[in-house]
Amino acid sequence: MSAVAIQNGVPTPLPTSGEVVLSVRDVGKTYGPAGNHVLALEGISLEVKKGEFVCLVGASGCGKSTLLNLVSGLDHLSHGEIRMDGRPTLLFQEAALFPWMTAAANIELPLRLAKVGREQRRAEVESLLRLVHLDGFGDKRPHELSGGMRQRVAVARAFAQHADILLMDEPFGALDAMTRDLLHDELERIWRETGVTIVFVTHNVREAVRLGDRIVVLTSRPGRVAEEFPVDLPRPRNTSGPEVAELAVTVTERLRAEVRRHADD
Amino acid sequence: MTEVVRLPQGKLDDELRGLDRLDLPISPGVDRMRGVWSGLWPKLAAIGIVFLIWQMLVWLHWKPDWVLPEPLVVLQRLAADLVGSDLPKAIFITLQRALIGYGLALVIGAALGLAIVRSSLLRSAIASLITGLQTMPSIAWFPFAILLFGLTETAIMFVIVLGAAPSIANGLITGVDHIPRILLRAGQVMGARGFARYRYVVLPAALPSFIGGIKQGWAFAWRSLMAGELLVIIANQPSLGVRLQFARELNDPPALMASMIVILVIGIIIDLLFFGTLDRRIRRRWGLLES
Repeated sequence: MSAVAIQNGVPTPLPTSGEVVLSVRDVGKTYGPAGNHVLALEGISLEVKKGEFVCLVGASGCGKSTLLNLVSGLDHLSHGEIRMDGRPTLLFQEAALFPWMTAAANIELPLRLAKVGREQRRAEVESLLRLVHLDGFGDKRPHELSGGMRQRVAVARAFAQHADILLMDEPFGALDAMTRDLLHDELERIWRETGVTIVFVTHNVREAVRLGDRIVVLTSRPGRVAEEFPVDLPRPRNTSGPEVAELAVTVTERLRAEVRRHADD
Repeated sequence: MTEVVRLPQGKLDDELRGLDRLDLPISPGVDRMRGVWSGLWPKLAAIGIVFLIWQMLVWLHWKPDWVLPEPLVVLQRLAADLVGSDLPKAIFITLQRALIGYGLALVIGAALGLAIVRSSLLRSAIASLITGLQTMPSIAWFPFAILLFGLTETAIMFVIVLGAAPSIANGLITGVDHIPRILLRAGQVMGARGFARYRYVVLPAALPSFIGGIKQGWAFAWRSLMAGELLVIIANQPSLGVRLQFARELNDPPALMASMIVILVIGIIIDLLFFGTLDRRIRRRWGLLES
């Protein structure tokens, strides 16, 4: 594993402190020309420990997606620094599979790009398909799979990138409730089996309570950390259970207070 | 981390598997033969109607026989020419020119398109020029080409490339421009950079539009070639265009129409069978086509 810091958009190796695999310090992001720019993130700081499952929730305009784009290296920082121990990868709301490739070929592509040998590629694809419970579907094309299955192929593809930090940007936002519930169980299982670190962005508070070790509520325009809620409920949690509901009410109230602040903008 | 309770694993497995089965689209089996026939008979009927109208015009003596011969006479002449004249050689030479000219246009058009896609400077400089070139009827290039290269193969190739390459370049440019951003981002996250980015992400993603471009490019190449063969007549080089020209000069309408049928059939075969099949296969692969 290599330690990488992104400063002003340029990754530089830096030591990290022990357990923390992702450290976001005083990060700011502005868009547009100087003088007339939009402030998306300002002074955001966040630490994520190895193997932790952190959920980011926030109303529109809190820059949740911006933050993930910065961490994954898709976008450049304007201010502050991001330190990482390990490789991040980003999952989107859409599975973003390549429609001209089969599910197996989609999963195989990151291995190909990393110049992994053919035999090893095949073995790894097989085991990744099993990891997401899609063995036997490798030769299907994305359009032949359901939304939930596509999202699982995307998860397998993320693991094929040998990522240690999964950044997930509302990955289940477009799925029906039944599929989403099952995928929560599935993601929790994969997380436990692999020990991967997950930063999960959602606007669905119950989903955050269902999955997270910790919930980070962000402010809007500009995005900052408003409050953190540790989730000490036993797993697996029931999305419609009373404990989940209770904490969800607290977190939602905090979010609403944040939205009210903008009533007179 | 909080206390870990193991999930009832078997239940989750079954639920996931069950949902997957239910979610999978069901495609009813298609009777292949019936599919082919239902696509074929309207075309055959249309050809039949054209021949019928033609025959009726002959019966009505709209034009004298030696100008507009009967369909049967033309078809007999076609059969005779196919064995007893230089028609096979003419077909061969014409197809050879088409292949070489179109191949050149493909290479040049794709290279041009790729260069424009990669450089915003080139794009602002010549992208609109290329679209402009597309509107220029290729036959208008011939006088200039003949002045430049004389009555030679080069003149014909020059015009085929000028006619076809802009469409091919444009197809590639449009294809790349219309790649969903999310796919490019997915590729970037995966670490596809430089050549690998084009090889594994950009070019395959642009393929459906690019097929449209090379198909249009073929139509332009074929038209340019026919115009060229009418104007650039090279000694001892029979071609379909030359046959048309000579048949008109010798007042031999059956030969003329037989050659026209050959030109039409070649065009249909390449356009519908080759490009049509290619296009359908790619669309089906992508899930852009029903059934």
